[in-house]
Parts: sequence; C-alpha cells; structure tokens
Amino acid sequence: MATVIEGKGGFRAWLNKRMPVDQFVADQLTGYYAPKNFNVWYFFGSLALLVFVMQIVTGIFVTMHFKPGEATAWNSVQVMVREVPYMWLIQPMHAVGASFFFVVVYLHMARAMLYGSYKAPRELLWIIGMLIYLALMAEAFMGYVLPNGNMSYWGAQVIINLFGTIPGIGPDLVEWIRGDYGIGDATLNRFFSLHVIALPFIIALLVMLHLVALRQVGSNNPDGIEIKEKLGKDGLPIDGVPFHPYYTVKDIVGVGLFLTLFAVVVFFAPTFGGLFMEPPNFEPANPVSTPDHIAPVWYFTPYYAILRAVPDQKIGALLMAASVVAFLFLPWLDRAKNKSIRYRGAASKILLGTFFITFVVLMWLGLKPADGIYVLLARIFTTLYFLFFILLPFVSKADGNGPVPDRVTYHAH
Amino acid sequence: MRTSTYGIVALLAFAGTAFAAEGNNAGWERPAENQIANLPSLQRGARNFMAYCSGCHSLKFVRYSRLAEDLKISDELRDQLLVKPGAKFTDYIVSSMPEKDATEWFGKAPPDLSLTARSRSPDWIFNFLTTFYADPASRQTGVNNLQLPGTAMPHVLSSLQGVPRLKAVSHESAAAGADRAGAEPAGESGHSNSPFEPGAQGSLTPEQYDNFVRDTVNFLQYASDPTQLERQSLGVWVVLFLLMFTGIAFLLKKEYWKDVR
Ligand code: HEC
Ligand code: HEM
Repeated sequence: MATVIEGKGGFRAWLNKRMPVDQFVADQLTGYYAPKNFNVWYFFGSLALLVFVMQIVTGIFVTMHFKPGEATAWNSVQVMVREVPYMWLIQPMHAVGASFFFVVVYLHMARAMLYGSYKAPRELLWIIGMLIYLALMAEAFMGYVLPNGNMSYWGAQVIINLFGTIPGIGPDLVEWIRGDYGIGDATLNRFFSLHVIALPFIIALLVMLHLVALRQVGSNNPDGIEIKEKLGKDGLPIDGVPFHPYYTVKDIVGVGLFLTLFAVVVFFAPTFGGLFMEPPNFEPANPVSTPDHIAPVWYFTPYYAILRAVPDQKIGALLMAASVVAFLFLPWLDRAKNKSIRYRGAASKILLGTFFITFVVLMWLGLKPADGIYVLLARIFTTLYFLFFILLPFVSKADGNGPVPDRVTYHAH
Repeated sequence: MRTSTYGIVALLAFAGTAFAAEGNNAGWERPAENQIANLPSLQRGARNFMAYCSGCHSLKFVRYSRLAEDLKISDELRDQLLVKPGAKFTDYIVSSMPEKDATEWFGKAPPDLSLTARSRSPDWIFNFLTTFYADPASRQTGVNNLQLPGTAMPHVLSSLQGVPRLKAVSHESAAAGADRAGAEPAGESGHSNSPFEPGAQGSLTPEQYDNFVRDTVNFLQYASDPTQLERQSLGVWVVLFLLMFTGIAFLLKKEYWKDVR
C-alpha cells in the first residue's frame, strides 16, 4: 500500500511527519479489504472488543470503591451499590458484563467452527484466540471470588482444590495458589492484584496480537473462500469491501443491538434468574455453611459437568482439562479441503450440530445436582463431547471436499 | 444472513428455555404476589418490620434516612415510627440485641435481613412467615416451620395469625420434607387443600394475615435492592434510546451498502 502523507500543511501534516496516523488508517481501515458477505456471526469480534473495553471502564469505577480482603470485600460491594452515586448501575454492569463477555466469545468461537476459520492460514489466529479464552476464564474466576460471597468462597474451594489432584506437587500447589491453608486474606488480595492488573494486561496484549494476526491473513467468511485469490484489475479483491466505512457502519448496528439486549438485562433482570448472579452470593462467605449445591457460573458449567461425570476425581480433572485444551488442536483435527460448513456433507453438519447441542446440554447439567439421571446424562454427553474431536478427522476428510463456488454468496440489498 | 440469524436465535432460545426451568422445589409453595411499586404496601411493610422484626433482626446496610426518602415517609413519621430510641436518623438499622445473647437465647443469632430477599427470594420469606405451626416436639419455641424445618425463630407473629396445627394426614409427609413434588399448592390457612387446620386464634383473619406478611416481604424486597424501581424507570428510557440508535445505525448502514453489488 502506498505511503500516505495527507494534508497540505498545518496540524495534520505536522502530526503525520511525526506519527504515521494517516498511514495507519489507510493500511488498517480504508485500505483493508474484508469479504463483503459477512453475516451476523461476524459481529461478535467487534462486540468482544466492546465488552472488553466496557469491563475495563466499569472495573475502574468498581475498583475505586471495592476493598479487597476477607473482612471488607463483601461489605464494600453492598455499600458501594447502595450509597455511591450510580454504582447501583455500574457494579451490575460489570457483573452482568462478565456473562455477556462469555456469550459473545462462545458465539465468536462457534462462528469459527462453522466456517472453518481456524484452518490454514488462520491457525495462529485461532490459537491466540484460545489463549485469550484461557486468560478470560482465569479473569472471570478470580473476579467471581473477589466479593467473597458464599458461592465465591465455595466455588473457589472446589476449583482451587482441583489443582490438588495433580500427582506429586498437588497439595503444595494448592497451598501456593491460596497463599494460606484456606481461602483467606492472602488469597483474596492476590486475586485482586491478578484480576485488576496482570490478567487484563495480558488479555489486552493477546487481543492486540489477535488483531495483528487477523490483519496479516485477512478475515475468512461464511463461504470459506479466500477473497485474496480473486483479484480485480486494480489488484484489489473483487469480493472485498474496504473495512471503513462499510464494516464500521455495519458493526455499529451490531453494537446497537447488543447494547439494547445488554441494557434490558442490566436494568430489568441483572441476576438473570440466578444465572448471572447466583442467590448464595448475596450471603457473605461462610466456611461452615455450604450452599445447597455448589455450581460455578453458567459459562464454566460444561466443564464442571464433565468433571463430575467421572467417579474418580483425578480422571475427572484430567478430562476436564482435556475438554478445554482439545479446541487448540482443531486446526489439525479438521482435515477437510473446504473450510465452511456450507460446502461439507451431511455427516459434518450433524457432527458439528450435535457438538453445539452437547455443549449447551452439558452447560445445563453442570447447574444441576450431580445425582440420579443427571449423572447418567452427564456421562452420555461427555462421551458425545469427546466423540466430536475423535470423529472430526475422519468425517471431515470424507465429506469436506465437494465443489465450492467461484465467488462468495452475496445478495445485494 | 437469514439462516444464521435463525441459528443464533434458536441457540439462544434453546439455552433460555433449558435454563429457565429452575425454581424453588418445596412442593406446595405459594407465590408472595407482592408488588414492589406499591408504595403504601412498602410503607406498611416498613412499619411491620420495625414493630415486629427489628428487635432481633438488623438491616445493617439500610439507613433510616434513605428508607424514609425512598418510601416517601415524612421526617416526623420517620422519627416517630421508625428510628429506634437512641439511634440517629442517619444510622443503619441495627438490632439492639447483642449477638452473644441472641445465640444463647435462640441457639442461633438472628441473621441480618438486608439481602435475604435476594439470597432466598421474596416467595421463600412469604412461605417462611406463613407456615409456622404448633409442634410440641420443639421444646425451645413450641412451633415448627415447613419452609425451614427445625427453625430457631419463634412464631413472633402468633398474636396476629394464631398458631395453626398441621392436619394429621399431611403431618408426616409435609414435615418429612415439605417437598412432595406435584402436590397441590396450599390455600390460605383453613382452606381445603391447605396442610393446616386452625389452632389458637389470632387477631387477624387468614386473609389479613397474608396481606400483613405480603407487605413485610415487599419491604424486605425493597431493602435487598433499594434502587430497583429507579433502575427500571431509567431502564425504559435507555432501552428506547438504544432502539432508536440502532434504527438510525441500520439506515446509515443501508445507505452505505446500497451500491455494493
Ligand atoms: C425473637 C427474635 C426474632 C424476631 C422478633 C424475628 N425473628 Fe426472624 N429469625 C430469628 C432467628 C433466631 C432466626 C434464625 C432461624 C434459623 O436459622 O433457624 C430467624 C430467621 C429468620 C429468617 C430466615 C433467614 C435465613 O435466610 O435463613 C427470616 C426470613 C426471618 N427470620 C424473618 C423475620 C421477620 C420478617 C420477622 C418480623 C416479622 C422476624 N424474622 C422476627 C429470630 C427472630
Ligand atoms: C477478548 C476476546 C476476543 C476479541 C476482542 C476478539 C476480536 C476479534 C475480532 C475483532 C475479529 C474480527 C471480526 C470477526 O471476525 O468477528 C476476530 C476474528 C477471529 N477470532 Fe477473535 N476475539 C476474541 C476472542 C477469540 C477467541 C476466544 C477465539 C477462539 C478460540 C477467537 C478466534 C477468532 C478467529 C478464528 C477469527 C477469524 C474469524 C474469521 O475470519 O472467520 N477469538 N476476533
């Protein structure tokens, strides 16, 4: 792309001589071509960015009034929402925002699985995405522990104890994480530090790398056809449109829709029926009173269901780790020639569809007590979960090679 | 575009219905049917709480002044009826009972009720306060409770409700777990499908008593989340604004995209 130094003089020229502002806009926005056939699934990347920024901004205010520590944390949250102007709005925005972050990220990941976006040349983009996901899980977990409600306490107990199942170093590791023999002041203070500084910083860095990798290879699209392979006479992709203004105006529509949904929840159902804020967390941590049944927040429950599906806790923990890590290998497990699900056979469609349903069913099972029929169901669906990763190489190889169209599917409006 | 939109909607709808089925499981609970926007009910509830509950329970995150302001109670009435002797109107509503004594008397300190409507639910409290019954086996208080079997709380409202007895037939099953799945919801005390039969009489009719409890529960729901009304009324405007914003953004997008072929 040509070097741009805009402006005949004055401030803009002055600025551009010292910092490549116009160059950046030309390279990254007006001169960056994205496929013109994006559908709603392509809203979720920009929305993830929006939620991330929103969490940082609301988090700054929550941090001003939050007092980390065993004796002060829970009270300080109650006092801030009741007595500090507008914290009754900002604190729930932060808490509900965490759930919305996962809604957005899960849909973002589902999109990549639908359209084979993790396949070459986007493997690294996918892997960076997975690292973001892991960091986000740590961030959300620690954030949940901070207010020291009763579910915070018992949830943390369960999750941290999982590290105790690691042979040899387990027990010492658990103590090292907590900084104490139980979850106490030391734990809460270090979680505060990690939640407020270390992890947001790491996530911001990873998001930057994610976008750099995206710009290098360009976006995939619902047809899974590389638009860079069909250039016009001007050397630009025929099926692409400049990111700015076309996708900036389109993403703003996504932002509007998203914020409307978000506002409905924050203003009218912030606890979302106990899913986004669990009832036991309206009681302070109490080491002698266990909640009726301990369940993590909904976005962790698929993995929690897998953990509990296995009688042996060590194997359960191992399977749970495997169920998260498995996503990292998708770029190589998927051996189809075609990327998008649109140009794969029925077997691939059934396999992926079953996987999505399995994930949601496990999510639901993780919220249920682990007894009776639920255990049996959890075992069935855990098996289905792993079957997806086991069958994918064969199914994708067999029915992912049909003909694909020359150009992307696009109906002008 | 369309199929994928439906895909997302279907996925979310599926998730929504799958999770929405959570609920309370004590088999024959009644809904509290309190109305949080009903100001007179909230005012009566505040009065009830101060008269019948505040001796044991605190509302340690609620100040008298805030309460009076939110519930539109005048300064005179506030100082006369709400503020406890010795307390300032800006104080938090704390119980005068020392925790150590309370633990000694009841075996368990009465918990703070600031957030009980959120940790338990208004329905739960409503059922707790309407299902005390005479139980000679309970030596401490002489009563038991279907919602919280073996509770340490005495039936402090017995002068109003009286003390119902459990019907002989339902005694066993109800007291055993109070969660017969699919059992019919209990009517008011004395109603045909109620598990209760009248015992010692109180000064209120069953209906009046339910309303008394309803007001009190309503007040506790307010106390658990004092800004909920303000939040909802602001929310209407925010959502309307965002819908308008989205509409305009959509038109803008259409304008830009109309020449993409
Ligand atoms: C004589 C002291 C006393 C009075 C007066 C009193 N309570 Fe209680 N209350 C207790 C005790 C003690 C407990 C603990 C019971 C237990 O956990 O077994 C309790 C428990 C409760 C609980 C259950 C809380 C929970 O989450 O477990 C609620 C709700 C409650 N009381 C509401 C009220 C209301 C409303 C009033 C006024 C109408 C009231 N109480 C009056 C002593 C009292
Ligand atoms: C903070 C979290 C994240 C942010 C801010 C973010 C941001 C973005 C943005 C802005 C895009 C381009 C727009 C779009 O395609 O929707 C994108 C694309 C992509 N992201 Fe993410 N992302 C995040 C998390 C993840 C995660 C967790 C994964 C997967 C594990 C992931 C995988 C991908 C892939 C594969 C693409 C390319 C998709 C395609 O071109 O079809 N991202 N991301």
